[in-house]
Amino acid sequence: MLTLAQETYDAIVAHARRDHPDEACGVVAGPEGSDRAERFIPMVNAAGSPTFYEFDSTELLALYKDMDARDEEPVVVYHSHTATEAYPSRTDIGLASEPNAHYVLVSTRDGGNSDGPVEFRSYRIVDGVVTEEDVTITPTAETPTRASTD
Amino acid sequence: MAIEVRIPTILRTYTGGAKAVEATGGSLSELIDDLEGNHPGIKGRLIENGDLRRFVNVYVNDEDVRFIGGLEASLSDGDQVVVLPAVAGGA
Repeated sequence: MLTLAQETYDAIVAHARRDHPDEACGVVAGPEGSDRAERFIPMVNAAGSPTFYEFDSTELLALYKDMDARDEEPVVVYHSHTATEAYPSRTDIGLASEPNAHYVLVSTRDGGNSDGPVEFRSYRIVDGVVTEEDVTITPTAETPTRASTD
Repeated sequence: MAIEVRIPTILRTYTGGAKAVEATGGSLSELIDDLEGNHPGIKGRLIENGDLRRFVNVYVNDEDVRFIGGLEASLSDGDQVVVLPAVAGGA
């Protein structure tokens, strides 16, 4: 099961809507071995394509060095499908190379750039085998308290 | 003397779980042959039809080897090599 804070879920969906009709992509990093998706990191889709995504190779290195320095790993690897369902394609399966990650797929085919409906699903992809899993959204923790002005 | 090679999670099955290993070679090609000697099978995950696989990125001292000669990129003792699979896919 993937557990995500509401704030992170919203950020992934917003990124997918913003980049539609191109695919959006990114990761949510967390402490190594913790399975806690904590740090949202949107990435540029270097392919700039409605049917393909790829992190830029220089940004990929910077990302992994940064995660290494923080003892983090990619807990979530997300990308959007903009004309098809939120299910891993053959390409997605063939290229999946983070056996510990939750692969999140967001489909914007119905809502496009608008606030319309999105499909948001999560999978494990290990050795070419796809296993869908439940997604639990938790209220964003530790919302800063502010004096109410209502 | 040796060159440190950082191994991504998915290839650590070839290195007994090690995140980094040492190898030697005057070029990336030689380094990969040396790696293969100690970690059989790893070469096939990096090279296909005599060239680096399209979705494997290799960096020497933070430079993508595709810009510095690919498999012929020259190496010296103390260099750091990082292997990272591309994060990519498509609808």
